Amino acid sequence: MNSPTPNWPRNEDEESAEATGPDWGVTRRTFIHAIGAGLVFTVTEQASWGQRRRGDGGERVVTRLQLNLDGTFTALSGKVEEGQGARSQLSAAAAEELRVNIGQVHLLMADTDHVPDDGITAGSRTTPQNVPPMRQAAATAREMLTRRAAEMWQVAPRELVVRDGAITQEGTTRRLTYAELAGDEEIRNAFRQPVEADLALTVASDWRVMGQANPRPNCRDLVTGAHRYPSDIVCPNMLYGRVLRAPAYRATLESIDLSAVDKAADVVTVREGDFVGVAAPTLFRASAALELLAATAKWKTVAQPSSENVHAFLKEHAQSDRSRPATRGSVEQGLAEAAQTLRATYTLAYIQHAPMEPRTAVAEWTDNKLTVWTGCDGPYRAKSDLMRQFNISADQVRVVIPDMGGGFGGKHSPDAALEAARLAKAAGKPVCVRWTRAEEFTWAYFRPAAVIECIGALTGSGALLAWDFTNINAGGAAIDTPYDVPHVRVVSAGSDSPLNQGAYRCLAATGNHFARESFMDELAAAAGQDPLAFRLAHLKDERIRTVLETAATNFRWEERRKRVSPRLGVGLACGTEKGSVVAACVEVALDPEREQMKVTEVCEAFECGAIQNPGNLTSQVQGCIMMGLGGALFEEMLFADGQILNASFARYRVPHFEDVPRIEVHLVNRPAAVSVGGGETPIVAIAPAVGNAIFAATGRRVRAMPMQRHVFPPS
Amino acid sequence: MDATFNLTVNGARRTVTTDPQRPLLDVLREEFGLTGTKYGCGEGQCGACTVLIDGQRTLSCETPVSAAEGRSITTIEGLAQGDQWHPVQAAFLEEGAMQCGYCTPGMVLAAVALLQEKPHPSDEEILVGMNGHICRCNGYVKIVRAVHAAADRMERAGQ
Repeated sequence: MNSPTPNWPRNEDEESAEATGPDWGVTRRTFIHAIGAGLVFTVTEQASWGQRRRGDGGERVVTRLQLNLDGTFTALSGKVEEGQGARSQLSAAAAEELRVNIGQVHLLMADTDHVPDDGITAGSRTTPQNVPPMRQAAATAREMLTRRAAEMWQVAPRELVVRDGAITQEGTTRRLTYAELAGDEEIRNAFRQPVEADLALTVASDWRVMGQANPRPNCRDLVTGAHRYPSDIVCPNMLYGRVLRAPAYRATLESIDLSAVDKAADVVTVREGDFVGVAAPTLFRASAALELLAATAKWKTVAQPSSENVHAFLKEHAQSDRSRPATRGSVEQGLAEAAQTLRATYTLAYIQHAPMEPRTAVAEWTDNKLTVWTGCDGPYRAKSDLMRQFNISADQVRVVIPDMGGGFGGKHSPDAALEAARLAKAAGKPVCVRWTRAEEFTWAYFRPAAVIECIGALTGSGALLAWDFTNINAGGAAIDTPYDVPHVRVVSAGSDSPLNQGAYRCLAATGNHFARESFMDELAAAAGQDPLAFRLAHLKDERIRTVLETAATNFRWEERRKRVSPRLGVGLACGTEKGSVVAACVEVALDPEREQMKVTEVCEAFECGAIQNPGNLTSQVQGCIMMGLGGALFEEMLFADGQILNASFARYRVPHFEDVPRIEVHLVNRPAAVSVGGGETPIVAIAPAVGNAIFAATGRRVRAMPMQRHVFPPS
Repeated sequence: MDATFNLTVNGARRTVTTDPQRPLLDVLREEFGLTGTKYGCGEGQCGACTVLIDGQRTLSCETPVSAAEGRSITTIEGLAQGDQWHPVQAAFLEEGAMQCGYCTPGMVLAAVALLQEKPHPSDEEILVGMNGHICRCNGYVKIVRAVHAAADRMERAGQ
């Protein structure tokens, strides 16, 4: 019922309220909500209710949901939509419990003047942490509306049925729509009451809106170009800003000649310590002015590690505590009793998220209030950073995050917001700062590089006896083994990262799975066992077993394993992170003469509990598979002397159309299980499965991500 | 020195006085408010800035405005005919071939140009033909399906 139809009228600007409304404010007690397709909704409550933060004692219904006078609802969320599907998911969650079509819910996201602080959008947390409160508030709202109807009709609420936004009494012609109740004073009061935590939510088998492949509510605007991304925001009299960047990390500015820019040409220049920026009426002129300034700048640089020696550097600076006690059993005892012991070191390069939309912000100061539209995962984090930077109070800052162009964990920091606000303050006009691709590649943060040291021991019969696993620098996500091993030690050791590092889709879980699942393959080979059989022999977790068997069966693992040749390899891997489980089988084709390789097939099975949106989940799994191939095969930051050497798409290879293999996705649905997030974990099985397929074909174990340049090393 | 340029944008005559070297991308976005055309890399490596100039796929980030003098430009905003979407737009929607959607305008216009050359492309022809376009959500699988679906729609419509 919610599938888009191609003949829908063109939507002028569905996002106008969130994205382009510098003048949209709360001027009346009943405020006007211009949120959808030219429609204006009058809601029955003040916007300020939405600002109430978590933890101020029982969330009120109006913090999440407001009933509009036309019977539709405005739902409020502090989450950010960046392509992962939170907008459709949260809209469906509200619609499900309200018993309305998803189109009856208008979701306002990530505007700090109107929505609650739901924390940063990260860690696959929207599904487990934000969908349930939205549903609980919607269920409460439905109950309140039902009780009010029952009261008006003087019947018991249980005699009433709610469907499609209307309340009816079975066996009578009585009918009240939400629209008819919207103006009711009792309802207004009821919505100000706390959400009722004990109301049962709709079970998955009864879902009518959730569980469907609901398209993104504003998807029409994405194909017409009408949607306003953060970089599309325009304010009257807005200038375009550029910020001077150091030629290398940790370089300090010794001198610069601001007079190099002719101020008569209405270019604003700003210098505050090491911060130097310009603002001009066009981006072209701002860039030209910045170039003139940069030519006069003198910098002091310092020696730094390069990507060539970074793994030795990380190891040398590791805060490793080898005396740390075993996680289970005694690794020393296991190693002493072992028939066979293997040791291997795996490495991981720094990589960039490289979202299609680089960091960007528009900042406007009016009447001592700062409004910033930006692309950032944390609207309230951006707000607090701006408050601190400019020493202003909470009511003096509004941050708006229009649905943005990708993130993948890479947009936690509100860098562009701070820069735009600084320039706008100096210029006395709104300023837009839009990072170039080179800036995004250089001055955003990176997924950490890592050195991962593995020791594994086998009994005489080829059973796992001991497992010792140390991740240096990348972190402890999914570091423990899900396999049944008597003696285990896992250690996450920090180090002194030469590059600014931070979150990434599944962060350390990718490196930890790469090392663990590759090393499991090494151990299987040492034990003379099939990689699938070896894993299953050590795997008790039923959920992981199910996805592993699902992937292997659909891939026809046993049959294809027999056909492995120097030109065709197959490999598999599995794992778990953030409460979901995944397994992948891949086929790799190699051409030793031409020294070329291609991943030709990926068959992945994934399970994250009850599936809330199979269409979006499929997109996320497919996206993870392709993104995983990038990190597995060729993505790698090259740097030396504090300079990034490949800060462009021409020199930093990301997955392209030509890299697309045959992809099969098998979603395992568990309707009775709690739903967890699905946008990250599907990435973790890709790299090790590819490495294992390369080994199967060539006998060469590649222990470095990215792998491609190690498959055919210079002889 | 600034100069004056006459362009036809989405069927309308437009005039702009600006630096001849200024990228067409900036002129479309900043002067004409056509923000559907996106900046992705500024060096013709990602396809986000794709527009059609006289029907040909063109990267507007590396096209100086002077090179567009007197020519006809179609941006994503001008692809639909009135209320009637282009079949490629409809197919992208039908297949859910977008996640963040930032690359979508460039992808849609590239697909329009591809289907003009090859009305019934194979998978391989789509992968090769679209290869300059990057989607960092990595939604390539559904985009390929959408291009096929668009081809089918255009055949049915007799286009």
